[in-house]
Amino acid sequence: MALITFTKRGIYCKQGDFYVDPWWPVDYAVTTHGHADHVRFGNKHYLCHTLTSPIIKRRISPDLDVQTLGYGESLVRNGVNISFFPAGHIIGSAQVRLEYKGEICVISGDYKIEDDGISTPFEPVRCHSFVSESTFGLPIYKWQKQQAVFDGIKSWINNNIEYQKTSILIAYSLGKAQRLIKNLAGDVPIYVHSSIANLNEVIIEAGVPLPETTRITQEITKDQLQKGIVIVPPAMRDSKWMKSLNHPVTGICSGWMQVRSHRRWQSADAGFALSDHADFTGLMEAIKATEAEKVYVTHGFTSAFSRYLNENGISSDVVTTHFGQEDDEENKADLAETVEKKTEAKTEVVK
Amino acid sequence: MKRFAQLIQQLELSNKTNDKISALVDYFNEADDKDKIWVIALFTGKKPKRPIKSSLLKYWAIDIADIPEWLFTESYSNVGDLSETIALLLPPAEHQSDLHLYEWIENLQNLEGKDDETKKDFILTAWNSLETNERFIFNKLISGNFRIGISSKNLVNALAKQSGLESVQITHSIMGKWDPYVMTFSDLINGEHVNTDNSWPYPFCLAYALDTEPENLGEISNWQAEWKWDGIRGQIVKRNGELFIWSRGEELVTEQFPELHFLVDVLPDGVVIDGEILAVKDKAVLSFSTLQQRLNRKNITKKELESAPIGFFVYDLLEFEGIDFREHPLSERRKILENIIGKLDADNVLLSEVVECDSWEQLATERQKSRELNSEGIMLKKRDSHYHAGRKRGDWWKWKVNPYTVDAVMIYAQKGSGRRANFFTDYTFAVRDGENLVTIAKAYSGLTDKEIKEVNSFVNKNAIEKFGPVRTVKPELVFEIAFEGIAESKRHKAGLALRFPRILRWRKDKNASEINTLQDLQQLLQSTL
Ligand SMILES: [Zn+2]
Ligand SMILES: [Zn+2]
Repeated sequence: MALITFTKRGIYCKQGDFYVDPWWPVDYAVTTHGHADHVRFGNKHYLCHTLTSPIIKRRISPDLDVQTLGYGESLVRNGVNISFFPAGHIIGSAQVRLEYKGEICVISGDYKIEDDGISTPFEPVRCHSFVSESTFGLPIYKWQKQQAVFDGIKSWINNNIEYQKTSILIAYSLGKAQRLIKNLAGDVPIYVHSSIANLNEVIIEAGVPLPETTRITQEITKDQLQKGIVIVPPAMRDSKWMKSLNHPVTGICSGWMQVRSHRRWQSADAGFALSDHADFTGLMEAIKATEAEKVYVTHGFTSAFSRYLNENGISSDVVTTHFGQEDDEENKADLAETVEKKTEAKTEVVK
Repeated sequence: MKRFAQLIQQLELSNKTNDKISALVDYFNEADDKDKIWVIALFTGKKPKRPIKSSLLKYWAIDIADIPEWLFTESYSNVGDLSETIALLLPPAEHQSDLHLYEWIENLQNLEGKDDETKKDFILTAWNSLETNERFIFNKLISGNFRIGISSKNLVNALAKQSGLESVQITHSIMGKWDPYVMTFSDLINGEHVNTDNSWPYPFCLAYALDTEPENLGEISNWQAEWKWDGIRGQIVKRNGELFIWSRGEELVTEQFPELHFLVDVLPDGVVIDGEILAVKDKAVLSFSTLQQRLNRKNITKKELESAPIGFFVYDLLEFEGIDFREHPLSERRKILENIIGKLDADNVLLSEVVECDSWEQLATERQKSRELNSEGIMLKKRDSHYHAGRKRGDWWKWKVNPYTVDAVMIYAQKGSGRRANFFTDYTFAVRDGENLVTIAKAYSGLTDKEIKEVNSFVNKNAIEKFGPVRTVKPELVFEIAFEGIAESKRHKAGLALRFPRILRWRKDKNASEINTLQDLQQLLQSTL
């Protein structure tokens, strides 16, 4: 009997009687990371990484029943050994390793290989079966070193400041925002939207130091913002407030920005290919390192990527999941935070 | 090449015309003269010599990237551009190159007549010394066009700003015949190869759509009614024995329409006329789709000349005997115009007929004939009006007939931009073709905010597949699509394309089994030919 099955509610481990990142409410949900397409409202119990706990409590509800593990730590549930390994995707993101009677399965959630300077770097885990995303599972997606991307962002910002323009970077509150803050911190002050500031507080309180940023309030002048870096979630993109700034110019940081037509679809002034997901080469490396006999591909360019694996001697299947709505779901989460109407967002997820 | 790559990036990054123009101005201030010549050439559709087939590029790229062909195809369909797909698939370059754009172009030219092995060597070495964005450009030099969202008008404006010369003069200079392999930048800009005084056009006078009942315009006798022709607005300039045809958008299109070249011998000097470029046979206007076969073609085949003959329906007179006539009243301009055009006695250059009516009701009845005549409706021009520069309310109105409509089902949705970037607002629609659905149009939302939200939540719940920002959705929502015309199209699977499609309304009362069929549209197409 396989260690995991794919059910209507999500990835299910029958032997241990729990789900990993379920999309319908269940009794016991093991959570890979805090993005809204992987963790949802309504489960009785949650098991997640120590750093993910305050994040989901902040985003979903302070009353969640959450149990936590650090990287490398484990617990046993109904005879199944559950342990967490860093996924390098965002702060607190974990690959979930399951072991039962010598059989090992790893559910990786979302992951990236490159050390982003803020998430604990990805570690490959050997296993028999591996569940992988393929958000960028086409060979056209090959990331530059993040240093090069950040150099590009910085020179864009400096140029904007020189030409009296206000640099606004669009980033999800959870993950991308902190990565930008960490890597852009320097002489230019960083101003963040309150949804990001709120999460930053949670993260700092959990023990992850972040460079200094300023919460955007009424007191901050447009002049100050023009000479700084403004980071806001996509939910704020077309707000009146943003348009009222001094010559606002927007930059989007996302892996999709690798392709010109995707850049054009966005009405941004600049696109930077900076992703929290592995690129094609990264996916292949990670998968080979697991030495898995079977690879399940959950979201992204699933059919192409799975076919490529099979043709390269790695047995693989496509699994249909509700993951990969990160853009939409994260946006909802940010929106909820922006309007401070959390209950509404919650009911939407449940129904 | 790096500087050019930077320019392309700047042009692509900005949505704002001013930013694009200033990026171009910076470029023309900084770049090498020989490079500038090529940038102008490329941006105006002149292609360098291309000694290598794009299919070869593709196979070499597949080879180096070490991927199966199907994965290349899969990647290509995500990227949508061959040059870019190849640029992205290749492994990172191991060397750097400082060659100029023009040097790359010359090196490519030198490959002519060489064997495939030599060509392959050259390409592989080039790829291995160029950054991804430079490779993209390099590939474009060998195959494809530079469509980078810069109109020739913006290019002209940038050159005008940089050089301090008039923009129409530059238009004439760069639209004319010149060879980028030999022309110098300053000769080109200064129009050494042309006489720009002769070509000087006037800005077009444009009309607003009539937003009231025509009765409110007062006495019909004060108005001249004409058919509104559905072609390409054009201006014909004849001075000092030279003939120029400008299209709206300040483009010189003289070469595209040889049927009108006889005017150089029969139009008096010092005459500028405004009118519509149309497909015309036996003095009657053919459909826009017929005209379309002739647009943006550099080389016209004999067959095309026969199947889509070009004519010009004349609306107005702007210059006569070398004198600017735009301030004279329309009635006076028309009288002289009738005299000039009458003398031509041509079958394809005709006065655009005045629709004579005694009452607004009678005109409204006449207007119903528009479709039969391949016209879009009626133009109303005040008899005492001047020929204004640009759009001005009050003197000229277009009174269009109602559009065609089709019921179609939504099959793809894509996120919008600007205010609606978080909503699915760009939809692709299909009609039925037997058991299948075939795409017929893409339209931006004409829906209310409430409806957009509703469609959005439908898309979120019913997305079948996801390609980047595009979702395939269950074919369920039916919309009534309005459009202005229909044309044959080899590029579209349906074999036809709709002109100016837009969403008229959401047909919640209909389900997907009730939509129109491809056959319905084919019949409509036949009836307009
Ligand atoms: Zn995620
Ligand atoms: Zn995900």
